[in-house]
Amino acid sequence: MKLAGVVRPVGTAPDVVLSRPGAPVDPAEPAIVALAADLLATMRAAPGCVGLAAPQLGVGVRVFVVDVTGHPRATTVHGAFVLCNAEVAEASRWRVGREGCTSVPDLTGDVKRAGRVTVTGQLPGSGEPVTMTTDGFEARALQHEIDHCAGRLFLDRVAGAHAVHPRKVYR
Amino acid sequence: MERTAAAATIRSAAVTATRRTTLRRVNELAITVIGHDRPGIVADVAGVLADLGMNLTDSTMTRLRGHFAMTLICTGEVPEETVEAALLPLAADGSLLATVRQVRPEADGPAPGTPYVVSLHGADRLGIVAAVTRVLARAGGNITDLTTRLVGPLYTLVAEVDLPPGTGAAVTAELAATAAELGVEVTVRPGEMDLL
Repeated sequence: MKLAGVVRPVGTAPDVVLSRPGAPVDPAEPAIVALAADLLATMRAAPGCVGLAAPQLGVGVRVFVVDVTGHPRATTVHGAFVLCNAEVAEASRWRVGREGCTSVPDLTGDVKRAGRVTVTGQLPGSGEPVTMTTDGFEARALQHEIDHCAGRLFLDRVAGAHAVHPRKVYR
Repeated sequence: MERTAAAATIRSAAVTATRRTTLRRVNELAITVIGHDRPGIVADVAGVLADLGMNLTDSTMTRLRGHFAMTLICTGEVPEETVEAALLPLAADGSLLATVRQVRPEADGPAPGTPYVVSLHGADRLGIVAAVTRVLARAGGNITDLTTRLVGPLYTLVAEVDLPPGTGAAVTAELAATAAELGVEVTVRPGEMDLL
Protein backbone atom coordinates (compact mmCIF):
# COMPACT_ATOMS: atom_id res chain seq x y z
CA MET A 1 0.00 0.00 0.00
CA LYS A 2 1.65 3.20 -1.20
CA LEU A 3 -0.88 5.74 0.01
CA ALA A 4 0.05 7.49 3.28
CA GLY A 5 -2.89 7.15 5.63
CA VAL A 6 -4.16 9.62 8.18
CA VAL A 7 -4.42 8.74 11.87
CA ARG A 8 -8.09 9.17 12.78
CA PRO A 9 -9.85 9.09 16.15
CA VAL A 10 -11.21 5.69 17.21
CA GLY A 11 -14.85 5.73 18.24
CA THR A 12 -16.15 4.00 21.33
CA ALA A 13 -19.43 2.33 22.29
CA PRO A 14 -22.23 3.39 22.42
CA ASP A 15 -21.50 5.09 19.07
CA VAL A 16 -24.32 3.79 16.87
CA VAL A 17 -22.04 3.21 13.87
CA LEU A 18 -20.44 0.38 15.87
CA SER A 19 -23.79 -1.40 16.10
CA ARG A 20 -24.96 -1.12 12.49
CA PRO A 21 -24.00 -3.66 9.80
CA GLY A 22 -21.39 -2.16 7.50
CA ALA A 23 -22.17 -1.79 3.80
CA PRO A 24 -20.32 -3.89 1.21
CA VAL A 25 -17.73 -1.86 -0.68
CA ASP A 26 -16.15 -1.64 -4.11
CA PRO A 27 -12.50 -2.34 -3.21
CA ALA A 28 -11.28 -0.40 -6.26
CA GLU A 29 -12.98 2.84 -5.23
CA PRO A 30 -10.37 5.52 -4.34
CA ALA A 31 -12.24 6.39 -1.12
CA ILE A 32 -11.93 2.76 0.02
CA VAL A 33 -8.22 2.67 -0.82
CA ALA A 34 -7.77 5.88 1.22
CA LEU A 35 -9.81 4.38 4.08
CA ALA A 36 -7.59 1.29 4.04
CA ALA A 37 -4.54 3.51 4.40
CA ASP A 38 -6.17 5.40 7.27
CA LEU A 39 -7.00 2.12 9.05
CA LEU A 40 -3.40 1.01 8.72
CA ALA A 41 -2.02 4.36 9.92
CA THR A 42 -4.42 4.52 12.87
CA MET A 43 -3.62 0.93 13.90
CA ARG A 44 0.10 1.66 13.70
CA ALA A 45 -0.31 4.77 15.86
CA ALA A 46 -1.91 2.83 18.75
CA PRO A 47 0.58 0.75 20.73
CA GLY A 48 -0.48 -2.90 20.98
CA CYS A 49 -3.31 -2.48 18.47
CA VAL A 50 -3.54 -5.59 16.27
CA GLY A 51 -6.62 -4.75 14.25
CA LEU A 52 -9.07 -2.04 13.38
CA ALA A 53 -12.33 -1.98 11.40
CA ALA A 54 -13.89 0.89 9.44
CA PRO A 55 -16.87 1.30 11.82
CA GLN A 56 -14.34 2.10 14.58
CA LEU A 57 -13.33 5.13 12.50
CA GLY A 58 -16.98 6.07 12.14
CA VAL A 59 -17.37 4.62 8.63
CA GLY A 60 -20.05 1.96 8.32
CA VAL A 61 -18.45 -0.23 5.65
CA ARG A 62 -16.91 -3.68 5.53
CA VAL A 63 -13.19 -2.96 5.55
CA PHE A 64 -10.67 -3.85 8.25
CA VAL A 65 -6.96 -4.15 8.91
CA VAL A 66 -5.18 -6.83 10.96
CA ASP A 67 -1.52 -7.19 11.92
CA VAL A 68 -0.56 -9.60 14.69
CA THR A 69 3.16 -9.52 13.81
CA GLY A 70 5.28 -9.88 16.92
CA HIS A 71 2.37 -10.61 19.25
CA PRO A 72 3.48 -13.12 21.91
CA ARG A 73 0.37 -15.30 21.52
CA ALA A 74 0.30 -15.31 17.73
CA THR A 75 1.03 -18.66 16.07
CA THR A 76 0.25 -18.18 12.39
CA VAL A 77 1.11 -14.65 11.17
CA HIS A 78 0.17 -13.18 7.77
CA GLY A 79 1.65 -9.73 8.49
CA ALA A 80 -0.32 -6.55 7.91
CA PHE A 81 -3.26 -6.79 5.52
CA VAL A 82 -6.49 -5.00 4.74
CA LEU A 83 -9.55 -6.97 3.64
CA CYS A 84 -12.79 -5.75 2.09
CA ASN A 85 -16.13 -7.58 2.29
CA ALA A 86 -14.56 -10.39 4.29
CA GLU A 87 -16.50 -13.40 5.49
CA VAL A 88 -15.72 -16.46 7.55
CA ALA A 89 -15.97 -19.42 5.18
CA GLU A 90 -14.97 -22.17 7.60
CA ALA A 91 -14.57 -22.23 11.37
CA SER A 92 -13.50 -24.94 13.80
CA ARG A 93 -11.72 -25.58 17.12
CA TRP A 94 -14.04 -23.38 19.15
CA ARG A 95 -12.82 -22.15 22.49
CA VAL A 96 -13.76 -19.44 24.97
CA GLY A 97 -11.21 -16.70 25.58
CA ARG A 98 -11.27 -13.29 27.19
CA GLU A 99 -10.94 -10.37 24.82
CA GLY A 100 -10.89 -6.60 24.94
CA CYS A 101 -11.55 -3.96 22.30
CA THR A 102 -10.25 -0.45 21.68
CA SER A 103 -13.85 0.66 21.17
CA VAL A 104 -15.01 -0.75 24.53
CA PRO A 105 -12.09 0.50 26.60
CA ASP A 106 -13.40 -0.26 30.11
CA LEU A 107 -14.66 -3.84 29.73
CA THR A 108 -13.49 -7.28 28.69
CA GLY A 109 -15.62 -10.29 27.84
CA ASP A 110 -15.39 -14.07 27.62
CA VAL A 111 -16.21 -14.93 24.01
CA LYS A 112 -16.26 -18.23 22.15
CA ARG A 113 -14.27 -17.99 18.90
CA ALA A 114 -13.00 -20.48 16.37
CA GLY A 115 -9.36 -21.39 16.89
CA ARG A 116 -9.03 -22.04 13.17
CA VAL A 117 -10.76 -20.14 10.38
CA THR A 118 -10.75 -19.75 6.63
CA VAL A 119 -11.65 -16.22 5.61
CA THR A 120 -12.47 -14.90 2.16
CA GLY A 121 -12.29 -11.24 1.12
CA GLN A 122 -10.86 -8.80 -1.38
CA LEU A 123 -7.77 -6.64 -1.34
CA PRO A 124 -8.32 -2.87 -1.53
CA GLY A 125 -7.22 -1.33 -4.83
CA SER A 126 -6.92 -4.42 -7.02
CA GLY A 127 -10.04 -6.10 -5.64
CA GLU A 128 -8.12 -9.36 -5.91
CA PRO A 129 -9.99 -12.15 -4.10
CA VAL A 130 -8.15 -13.62 -1.13
CA THR A 131 -8.68 -16.83 0.81
CA MET A 132 -6.75 -17.06 4.05
CA THR A 133 -6.56 -19.86 6.61
CA THR A 134 -5.15 -19.11 10.03
CA ASP A 135 -5.39 -20.12 13.67
CA GLY A 136 -5.01 -19.00 17.27
CA PHE A 137 -4.62 -15.31 17.99
CA GLU A 138 -4.78 -14.21 14.35
CA ALA A 139 -7.99 -16.24 13.86
CA ARG A 140 -9.54 -14.52 16.90
CA ALA A 141 -8.47 -11.10 15.62
CA LEU A 142 -10.01 -11.77 12.19
CA GLN A 143 -13.33 -12.87 13.70
CA HIS A 144 -13.34 -9.80 15.98
CA GLU A 145 -12.80 -7.42 13.01
CA ILE A 146 -15.30 -9.22 10.75
CA ASP A 147 -17.79 -8.84 13.61
CA HIS A 148 -17.08 -5.08 13.71
CA CYS A 149 -17.88 -4.91 9.99
CA ALA A 150 -21.20 -6.65 10.70
CA GLY A 151 -22.03 -4.16 13.49
CA ARG A 152 -21.26 -6.61 16.27
CA LEU A 153 -19.12 -6.04 19.35
CA PHE A 154 -17.71 -8.75 21.63
CA LEU A 155 -20.50 -7.68 24.00
CA ASP A 156 -22.98 -9.25 21.55
CA ARG A 157 -21.26 -12.63 21.91
CA VAL A 158 -20.35 -12.93 25.59
CA ALA A 159 -20.65 -16.41 27.03
CA GLY A 160 -22.97 -15.58 29.95
CA ALA A 161 -24.21 -13.10 32.53
CA HIS A 162 -20.92 -13.30 34.42
CA ALA A 163 -18.73 -13.06 31.32
CA VAL A 164 -18.32 -9.26 31.19
CA HIS A 165 -15.61 -7.85 33.42
CA PRO A 166 -14.16 -4.47 34.25
CA ARG A 167 -11.00 -4.00 32.24
CA LYS A 168 -7.89 -3.72 34.37
CA VAL A 169 -5.35 -1.19 33.28
CA TYR A 170 -1.90 -2.66 33.67
CA ARG A 171 0.81 -0.13 34.21
CA MET B 1 -29.61 1.66 31.81
CA GLU B 2 -31.47 2.00 28.58
CA ARG B 3 -32.25 5.56 27.75
CA THR B 4 -32.88 7.37 24.58
CA ALA B 5 -30.06 9.60 23.43
CA ALA B 6 -32.34 12.62 23.57
CA ALA B 7 -33.42 11.91 27.15
CA ALA B 8 -29.81 11.35 28.13
CA THR B 9 -28.82 14.67 26.61
CA ILE B 10 -31.64 16.49 28.36
CA ARG B 11 -30.86 14.81 31.65
CA SER B 12 -27.14 15.45 31.30
CA ALA B 13 -27.80 19.12 30.54
CA ALA B 14 -30.17 19.32 33.50
CA VAL B 15 -27.63 17.73 35.83
CA THR B 16 -24.93 20.15 34.67
CA ALA B 17 -27.26 23.10 35.21
CA THR B 18 -28.23 21.79 38.65
CA ARG B 19 -24.60 21.36 39.66
CA ARG B 20 -23.81 24.89 38.59
CA THR B 21 -26.66 26.50 40.48
CA THR B 22 -27.60 24.54 43.58
CA LEU B 23 -24.96 21.77 43.86
CA ARG B 24 -27.63 19.24 44.72
CA ARG B 25 -26.19 16.09 46.20
CA VAL B 26 -25.93 12.90 44.15
CA ASN B 27 -26.20 9.86 46.40
CA GLU B 28 -24.46 6.58 45.66
CA LEU B 29 -26.43 3.77 47.28
CA ALA B 30 -25.48 0.12 47.77
CA ILE B 31 -28.53 -2.17 47.71
CA THR B 32 -28.75 -5.87 48.46
CA VAL B 33 -31.85 -7.98 47.90
CA ILE B 34 -31.83 -11.60 48.95
CA GLY B 35 -34.55 -14.15 49.49
CA HIS B 36 -36.97 -16.65 47.99
CA ASP B 37 -36.55 -16.78 44.23
CA ARG B 38 -39.52 -16.06 42.01
CA PRO B 39 -39.96 -14.61 38.52
CA GLY B 40 -40.13 -10.81 38.55
CA ILE B 41 -37.87 -9.81 41.45
CA VAL B 42 -35.42 -7.93 39.21
CA ALA B 43 -38.24 -6.21 37.34
CA ASP B 44 -39.85 -5.16 40.63
CA VAL B 45 -36.65 -3.80 42.21
CA ALA B 46 -35.48 -2.11 39.00
CA GLY B 47 -38.97 -0.63 38.55
CA VAL B 48 -38.93 0.92 42.02
CA LEU B 49 -35.52 2.48 41.33
CA ALA B 50 -36.51 3.76 37.88
CA ASP B 51 -39.70 5.32 39.26
CA LEU B 52 -37.62 7.15 41.87
CA GLY B 53 -35.22 8.42 39.19
CA MET B 54 -32.36 6.35 40.59
CA ASN B 55 -29.91 5.13 37.96
CA LEU B 56 -29.05 1.43 38.41
CA THR B 57 -25.34 1.30 37.53
CA ASP B 58 -23.25 -1.78 38.34
CA SER B 59 -25.05 -4.88 39.55
CA THR B 60 -24.68 -8.60 39.88
CA MET B 61 -27.46 -11.05 40.45
CA THR B 62 -27.46 -14.80 40.80
CA ARG B 63 -28.98 -17.69 42.69
CA LEU B 64 -27.14 -18.94 45.72
CA ARG B 65 -28.40 -22.33 46.84
CA GLY B 66 -31.84 -21.44 45.51
CA HIS B 67 -31.94 -18.03 47.17
CA PHE B 68 -32.13 -15.10 44.83
CA ALA B 69 -29.26 -12.67 45.54
CA MET B 70 -28.82 -9.22 44.07
CA THR B 71 -26.18 -6.62 44.85
CA LEU B 72 -26.22 -3.30 43.08
CA ILE B 73 -25.07 0.28 43.11
CA CYS B 74 -27.42 3.05 42.09
CA THR B 75 -27.00 6.79 41.92
CA GLY B 76 -29.40 9.69 42.08
CA GLU B 77 -30.68 12.46 44.26
CA VAL B 78 -33.07 10.34 46.33
CA PRO B 79 -31.88 9.68 49.90
CA GLU B 80 -31.29 6.25 51.41
CA GLU B 81 -34.44 6.32 53.57
CA THR B 82 -36.74 7.04 50.63
CA VAL B 83 -35.34 4.16 48.58
CA GLU B 84 -35.56 1.81 51.57
CA ALA B 85 -39.20 2.80 52.13
CA ALA B 86 -40.03 2.32 48.46
CA LEU B 87 -38.54 -1.20 48.53
CA LEU B 88 -40.38 -2.11 51.73
CA PRO B 89 -43.57 -3.42 50.03
CA LEU B 90 -41.44 -5.96 48.12
CA ALA B 91 -40.13 -7.33 51.41
CA ALA B 92 -43.43 -7.06 53.27
CA ASP B 93 -44.37 -10.74 53.02
CA GLY B 94 -41.02 -11.76 54.49
CA SER B 95 -39.81 -13.59 51.39
CA LEU B 96 -37.21 -10.94 50.51
CA LEU B 97 -34.73 -8.97 52.56
CA ALA B 98 -33.67 -5.63 51.09
CA THR B 99 -31.00 -3.35 52.52
CA VAL B 100 -30.01 0.11 51.34
CA ARG B 101 -26.86 1.91 52.48
CA GLN B 102 -25.24 5.07 51.25
CA VAL B 103 -21.65 4.54 50.14
CA ARG B 104 -18.90 6.91 49.17
CA PRO B 105 -17.95 6.83 45.50
CA GLU B 106 -14.79 4.76 45.16
CA ALA B 107 -11.78 5.98 43.28
CA ASP B 108 -9.99 3.51 41.03
CA GLY B 109 -8.24 0.83 43.05
CA PRO B 110 -4.50 0.35 43.31
CA ALA B 111 -2.56 -0.70 40.22
CA PRO B 112 -3.53 -4.31 39.56
CA GLY B 113 -0.90 -7.02 39.58
CA THR B 114 -0.66 -10.04 37.30
CA PRO B 115 -4.03 -11.76 36.77
CA TYR B 116 -4.49 -15.43 37.63
CA VAL B 117 -7.47 -17.77 37.78
CA VAL B 118 -7.52 -20.20 40.70
CA SER B 119 -9.90 -23.15 40.39
CA LEU B 120 -10.44 -25.74 43.08
CA HIS B 121 -12.68 -28.76 43.51
CA GLY B 122 -12.98 -31.62 45.92
CA ALA B 123 -14.87 -33.08 48.84
CA ASP B 124 -16.52 -30.43 50.98
CA ARG B 125 -14.99 -29.66 54.34
CA LEU B 126 -14.90 -26.72 56.70
CA GLY B 127 -12.47 -23.89 55.99
CA ILE B 128 -11.60 -24.31 52.31
CA VAL B 129 -12.31 -20.68 51.38
CA ALA B 130 -10.59 -19.40 54.51
CA ALA B 131 -7.43 -21.41 53.86
CA VAL B 132 -7.17 -20.62 50.15
CA THR B 133 -7.91 -16.91 50.43
CA ARG B 134 -5.47 -16.60 53.36
CA VAL B 135 -2.69 -17.84 51.10
CA LEU B 136 -3.67 -15.26 48.48
CA ALA B 137 -3.95 -12.46 51.04
CA ARG B 138 -0.55 -13.24 52.58
CA ALA B 139 1.00 -12.89 49.13
CA GLY B 140 -0.63 -9.48 48.66
CA GLY B 141 -3.08 -10.91 46.13
CA ASN B 142 -6.28 -8.99 45.44
CA ILE B 143 -9.34 -11.13 44.68
CA THR B 144 -11.46 -9.44 42.02
CA ASP B 145 -14.06 -12.16 41.55
CA LEU B 146 -14.87 -15.34 43.41
CA THR B 147 -17.62 -17.95 43.19
CA THR B 148 -18.15 -21.08 45.25
CA ARG B 149 -20.75 -23.81 44.80
CA LEU B 150 -21.60 -26.80 46.93
CA VAL B 151 -23.49 -29.55 45.12
CA GLY B 152 -23.94 -32.73 47.08
CA PRO B 153 -20.51 -33.66 48.45
CA LEU B 154 -18.66 -31.68 45.75
CA TYR B 155 -17.24 -28.25 46.58
CA THR B 156 -15.99 -25.91 43.85
CA LEU B 157 -14.25 -22.54 44.03
CA VAL B 158 -13.14 -20.27 41.20
CA ALA B 159 -11.28 -17.06 42.03
CA GLU B 160 -9.80 -14.36 39.87
CA VAL B 161 -6.90 -12.76 41.66
CA ASP B 162 -4.31 -10.10 40.90
CA LEU B 163 -0.95 -11.17 42.31
CA PRO B 164 2.05 -8.89 42.81
CA PRO B 165 4.38 -9.31 39.81
CA GLY B 166 6.80 -12.21 40.18
CA THR B 167 4.90 -14.03 42.94
CA GLY B 168 2.91 -16.42 40.71
CA ALA B 169 5.17 -19.46 41.08
CA ALA B 170 5.52 -19.13 44.86
CA VAL B 171 1.77 -18.66 45.37
CA THR B 172 1.03 -21.62 43.09
CA ALA B 173 3.34 -23.82 45.18
CA GLU B 174 1.81 -22.63 48.44
CA LEU B 175 -1.73 -23.20 47.12
CA ALA B 176 -0.75 -26.73 46.05
CA ALA B 177 0.50 -27.45 49.57
CA THR B 178 -2.67 -26.02 51.11
CA ALA B 179 -4.84 -28.01 48.70
CA ALA B 180 -2.97 -31.20 49.61
CA GLU B 181 -3.66 -30.57 53.30
CA LEU B 182 -7.35 -30.00 52.50
CA GLY B 183 -7.50 -33.03 50.21
CA VAL B 184 -8.77 -30.99 47.23
CA GLU B 185 -7.48 -30.28 43.72
CA VAL B 186 -6.29 -26.81 42.81
CA THR B 187 -5.19 -25.34 39.48
CA VAL B 188 -3.62 -21.92 38.98
CA ARG B 189 -3.35 -20.48 35.49
CA PRO B 190 -2.65 -17.02 34.04
CA GLY B 191 -5.74 -14.92 33.41
CA GLU B 192 -5.06 -14.13 29.79
CA MET B 193 -6.77 -11.38 27.84
CA ASP B 194 -6.49 -10.70 24.11
CA LEU B 195 -6.72 -7.02 23.27
CA LEU B 196 -8.03 -6.77 19.72
